[in-house]
Amino acid sequence: MSTHTNPPTPRERLVVVGNGMAGIRTLEELLAKAPDRYDITVFGAEPHPNYNRIMLSPVLAGEKTFDQIVLNGRDWYEANGIKLLTGDRVEVIDRANRSVTAMSGLTVPYDRLLIATGSTPVIIPVPGSTLPGVVGFRDLADVDTMLEAAAKGGRAVVIGGGLLGLEAANGLKVKGMDVTVLHLMDTLMERQLDRSAGALLQHELERRGITVLTGADTAEIVGIEKVSAVRLKNGQELPADLVVMAVGIRPNTTLGKAAGLACGRGIQVDDTMTTSDPAILSVGECVEHRGQTYGLVAPLFEMAKVAAARLAGSAEAAYTGSVTSTKLKVTGVDVFSAGDFTGGKGCEDIVFRDAARGVYKRVVVKENRILGAVLYGDTKDGGWYFQMLKDGTEVAPVRDTLIFGQSFGGEGAANPKAAVAALPDSAEICGCNGVCKGTIVTAITEKGLSSLDEVRAHTKASASCGSCTGQVEQLLALTLGDGYAGEAKAKPMCKCTDRTHDEVRRAITTLELKSIPDVMQRLEWRTPDGCHHCRPALNYYLLCEWPGEYKDDSRSRYINERVHANIQKDGTYSVVPRMWGGLTSAKELRAIADVVDKFAIPTVKVTGGQRIDLFGVKKEDLPAVWADLNAAGMVSGHAYAKGLRTVKTCVGSEWCRFGTQDSTGLGVKLERMTWGTWTPHKVKLAVSGCPRNCAEATIKDLGVVCVDSGYELHVGGNGGMHVRACDLLVKVETEAEVLEYTGSYMQLYREEARYLERTAPWVERVGLEYVKRRLVDDAEGRASLNARFLFSQSFSQDDPWAERANGSVDRHEFAPLAQVG
Amino acid sequence: MDQSISWITVGSVEDIPRQGSRVVRTAYGDIALFRTVADEVYALEDRCPHAGGPLSQGIVHGARVTCPLHSWVIDLASGEAVGPDEGCAGHCPVRVVDGAVQLGLAAFRPGCGGCGHG
Repeated sequence: MSTHTNPPTPRERLVVVGNGMAGIRTLEELLAKAPDRYDITVFGAEPHPNYNRIMLSPVLAGEKTFDQIVLNGRDWYEANGIKLLTGDRVEVIDRANRSVTAMSGLTVPYDRLLIATGSTPVIIPVPGSTLPGVVGFRDLADVDTMLEAAAKGGRAVVIGGGLLGLEAANGLKVKGMDVTVLHLMDTLMERQLDRSAGALLQHELERRGITVLTGADTAEIVGIEKVSAVRLKNGQELPADLVVMAVGIRPNTTLGKAAGLACGRGIQVDDTMTTSDPAILSVGECVEHRGQTYGLVAPLFEMAKVAAARLAGSAEAAYTGSVTSTKLKVTGVDVFSAGDFTGGKGCEDIVFRDAARGVYKRVVVKENRILGAVLYGDTKDGGWYFQMLKDGTEVAPVRDTLIFGQSFGGEGAANPKAAVAALPDSAEICGCNGVCKGTIVTAITEKGLSSLDEVRAHTKASASCGSCTGQVEQLLALTLGDGYAGEAKAKPMCKCTDRTHDEVRRAITTLELKSIPDVMQRLEWRTPDGCHHCRPALNYYLLCEWPGEYKDDSRSRYINERVHANIQKDGTYSVVPRMWGGLTSAKELRAIADVVDKFAIPTVKVTGGQRIDLFGVKKEDLPAVWADLNAAGMVSGHAYAKGLRTVKTCVGSEWCRFGTQDSTGLGVKLERMTWGTWTPHKVKLAVSGCPRNCAEATIKDLGVVCVDSGYELHVGGNGGMHVRACDLLVKVETEAEVLEYTGSYMQLYREEARYLERTAPWVERVGLEYVKRRLVDDAEGRASLNARFLFSQSFSQDDPWAERANGSVDRHEFAPLAQVG
Repeated sequence: MDQSISWITVGSVEDIPRQGSRVVRTAYGDIALFRTVADEVYALEDRCPHAGGPLSQGIVHGARVTCPLHSWVIDLASGEAVGPDEGCAGHCPVRVVDGAVQLGLAAFRPGCGGCGHG
């Protein structure tokens, strides 16, 4: 038999449903392997030829045109003999007769069918989600809608702070809209980024003028004929002319399901990309493989390769799943993540931060292999890490320099000294003060400088935020050689950093750092989230610097300040209600007695600070105990706080035959003014009504001793381990002056003492003369310190017990999660 | 190991504050579940090997917790005290399945004071 004389065997018919990236990539692969095997028909629901969907963001941002993102124009289909039917959605698969029927009524028979219907955006089912002006971000039509809206300006709200949402937000911002991103979780792109990188990204977007609201739960999209606003569950309403829904994608299984194919979250396929019908294959975002669905391009291409090989007749090709990596396509924002960077048992974090360049890198290593990576600001080594991750490369040989990237290890490229040496004289070293390398080197040689402090004094380099300190030290070493002895290092805050408390505080102020992750990034912390030494200190410094603005981080507080009671050796707590100036009443005492009975509180004791301490309260009883005390008008005594504890008083002129002034009344006024404040360490005040000093005012952080002619103010005393009698600060004539001095003294201590430094060592360190200069000699400075104190107090005088007793704050702190067994 | 353990669901990851802890009451005493900044979940007996302090009340940093009573630092994965202190807290297998936290309580291993290993 001769093949020449027979009519050619009719070719098999392959129908592809879906003209997207996965389907067409499969065809490209197939044509390369078996160009003549099939008669191919492609249906596309969109009116366009095959385009690069992941480049829609640059199209939105105006960086690319549609023509530039077309992958295969119509001529390609023609040249390969493929019949392309665009704008015609396939509606029915008739598996019995092996044919598909499209919206137009056209029916095409197949021998093999490839479903590549992709995914659809998830539209959250809130009222108003179908209003005109609400769009997804999936196809070119969505981009056109957005561009049309953007042309009119106005406000856009993007729901979803993931990859797509942020790209949409950036594009709309570039196009001139006011953009707000709403994100349900507390970190942007939380599935791809860790908290540190998420925070950096948020700042960058905010710097570009995009408003980001995290923890924002959408309740309703408001509008009559078209969208006008988005309302959140907390009641906040954001005006909107355009709402982009970018909360996620869902495999488009409509067609597969209707055809009776096995579907889970996606159309289920085996390792050969074959569905439950052997004649039908499926690839792309619409499939579910080994329980996984994918929304990134790399896995789709891997699937396409396997599907094409199978269609070409291979019996071997198999898809076994993908490890994915992510890149954000926002110009100027480099973000990369891959693999599992949540860490876990036996994992090791390698963290690198370069604040000057805005770089954060974290590589997670387990058993000498890379498990995951997050890169922000410098992603050029993303591919390298990803390759080693996929290959399971042993990283032990490069472990020490792994975090510096692939190019490290050559001729000292990353040696900081060599790097500084290589800089031209015109290179700016100190960004704060605009000092370049040449100026510093000249100053060192011509003025004979030999220490960092001298360089700071003469050039101002590294005198502000201090982030160039390392480079200035390198310059000293380079210029002086052995003549540079190095710096006598002040004690760093903790093992997470080389910075001292003072350096960190200065940086918080000058660099306007406003969150713990911010500080850790800019000051190049060596740990992902600090430790029990630095976190409470940072939380305090931020709270002090940005009153009303900084959101307290309860996770960075010691347990006593987190649950507003004092932990005892057996894990129970003690509770001390406030007794203003040491005064109490029958009503308060009765309420305390009732609480003691009701909760079977084992020990009741009078404290040294003139109030009553209830010992042995079970943690879960705390809110109920507080509710009862609140009901009798009592609030937290902050007996657990690095803050104002008590104002001890004697009875004064009201009852005492020696009393010169109303010391009790003044004590109450002082306590009313200062309660609720957070300070570097605990603060105790006292007011004695005469020089007999029954309130022991001269061993307090601030003590007032009343005399006939007015009030003596004593500071820096301590009755603890190292008893220190106060120093006399000043004598004043009126109660108003006492209050102003107290406020300004508290604020000076708050702003300048180091965390966990009591006033006694602080006054000794800075010297009484310094305190006098700031408070006594400088009336204007005193007034402004006092004003800052009172401003800060306007945010801090809410009873923490009441918020917890009514269940509105930290409810989870007081109840076990579960009881089992 | 998984085969022989029966897993008990005690809540969801979201119930545990990030960098925080929640307690589960069990026949073996209180078990503290920790969630790290990277969303890893660990389970330790809620007793510091040093003086029995409730670890659940400590500050969580990295994959460690600092005991609230005397600031011993305990490794969450192994329960062991971080040097120079020696001792280890009891630990319990834990896993997260679709956001649900599950304890393998039957495989709970009590800790010890001062032994230096689990």
